[in-house]
Amino acid sequence: MPPAATGEHAEATIGARRTLSPARRAWRRFRQHHLALASAVILGVLVVASALAPVASKYDPDAASLEILAPPSPEHPLGTDDVGRDLLSRLLHAGRISLSVGFGAAVLTVAVGVLVGAAAGYYGGQVDALLSALVNVMLAIPILPLALVLSSFLQTNLTFVILIIGGLSWPAVARIIRAEFLSLREREFVEAARVVGAGSGRIIFIHILPNTLAPIIVAATLQVASAILLESALSFLGYGVQPPQASWGNMLQDAQRYLRTVPALAIYPGALISLTVISVNFLGDGLREALDPRLQV
Amino acid sequence: MNRYFIRRTLLAIPTLLVISVLLFGLLQLAPGGPAALYAGPDAGPEDLERISRLLGTDQPPPIQYIRWLGGVLRGDWGISFRYREPVVSVLAGRLPNTVQLMAAALVIALVLAVPFGVISAVSRWRVIQYLASVAAMLGVSIPTFWLGMMVLLVFSVKLRILPSGGIATIGLEYDPVDRLVHLIGPASVLATMYIAAWSRYVRSSLLEVLHQDYIRLARAKGLSEWAVLTRHALRNALLPLVTLVGLQGGSLVGGAMITEVVFAWPGMGRLLAEALASRDYPVLMAAFMTMAVLTVIGNLLADLAYGWVDPRIRLS
Repeated sequence: MPPAATGEHAEATIGARRTLSPARRAWRRFRQHHLALASAVILGVLVVASALAPVASKYDPDAASLEILAPPSPEHPLGTDDVGRDLLSRLLHAGRISLSVGFGAAVLTVAVGVLVGAAAGYYGGQVDALLSALVNVMLAIPILPLALVLSSFLQTNLTFVILIIGGLSWPAVARIIRAEFLSLREREFVEAARVVGAGSGRIIFIHILPNTLAPIIVAATLQVASAILLESALSFLGYGVQPPQASWGNMLQDAQRYLRTVPALAIYPGALISLTVISVNFLGDGLREALDPRLQV
Repeated sequence: MNRYFIRRTLLAIPTLLVISVLLFGLLQLAPGGPAALYAGPDAGPEDLERISRLLGTDQPPPIQYIRWLGGVLRGDWGISFRYREPVVSVLAGRLPNTVQLMAAALVIALVLAVPFGVISAVSRWRVIQYLASVAAMLGVSIPTFWLGMMVLLVFSVKLRILPSGGIATIGLEYDPVDRLVHLIGPASVLATMYIAAWSRYVRSSLLEVLHQDYIRLARAKGLSEWAVLTRHALRNALLPLVTLVGLQGGSLVGGAMITEVVFAWPGMGRLLAEALASRDYPVLMAAFMTMAVLTVIGNLLADLAYGWVDPRIRLS
């Protein structure tokens, strides 16, 4: 994110507005989206808190104790779970897992989506026909059941969860990038690059790709949100992140049995998932308005 | 016009075939084998051999697939390992419940999303716009299963006004009121995401339409704001929603699945989760394909509906 614009008063004078760099103009628009700004702050807090989990909490998140289902107390600010593990410590450590899966899967989704979308959109013809057919078939498969089947038959460690989520989510991104490339490849600057002898790879990555950065950034943000949601659903059903490693989703799986007696076990992890996802979504909204005012929703 | 419809319908067939091949291949990767699962832990090697010959799993995978496909087309979907009865009858008991849940959620979502979207688009009060955008964002961000758990916690555990899951009270299976009361929780939870997503869509689509010249013309003619809104603006703004609703078939299927698990709703989704846990391959394969079919039908209906409401599409 670009640094805050300094010297606003100077920019407000007549004529100066035109000389603002695109990044600064984007930042100005982003700042006006108060919810997005607040979301960025909340996300920052969540990321820092999860990153500092080992320091912030004195309890081992996986260490069972005799104090089971304890109510909140000075020693255990949020109480303990059904095998006596400190809830706060577990929430923080689970945050690291859930956020890593979210970001990791989003990076993978966007990387594959951009490559496939760029190839289909740029080369067209048979390449496009083949890739588009693949995208359409994948979009026709209900993603949650397929992810469940995959992760129940393959290994279920963290890397595989990321691979499965990323491997199933990219078609939506590929579709967006393909559409961008289809229209951009007809533009004069691509023609010009071709005339001076640039190869396909150079045209795709150096000339066209930078022009699709706005939709890519927005799609990447929204993919973080949907990856976190998918991971939580998989883990909730028992096929995602495996215990004793905590993720917000699998904490909810255990919590289901104690809904009547200790609802706190169910409330906190879900509230954190919701807070994270809503912040990421608002951030995506703000970025969309800031980077690409045409795409206003 | 008919050719367009027929072509779109025929295109759905190869899609389903590819999905079934992919899934069949995937199940081959599973450790152990169906025969071992079917036979149980006490079976000796000869038993295993006999059972795998009986199930056809001693054949190479392509042959197995062709046999399976042939069986599916003849209405023979195999025998469930777990229930020891034909898969078709296991499915027949579950599918109507899922369809009922999805239909109820769709109706709730459409009935609420359109007015919410319109109100947030035409309201002059910033508070309402602000609340609408936060509520819509909440709706698409809260995980369905957690929302379900919270609904159970508040309405079933605390307030005791909704049942704690299931499709009917035991002994009252044919009481429509009882069934309806059981449907309220899961259907509302499943609908929430779509109320949010579609009301956002209606809002932006309506805002776009309201800037068109023909709306200015309608106002200039002296039509009331209500007439402008309902007869001119909404009619055009709602067209794309038809497609959106159909395209979300896949996510609706996934959402229904997880809602069923939370609310102990005896539908396809819960069946698939159970089949996965008990490695009941014939049921797993059938439940998954049924979900894929529901998704493809959704996409197909979206295409057809769009061609029907917007004649320009059919020409391309």
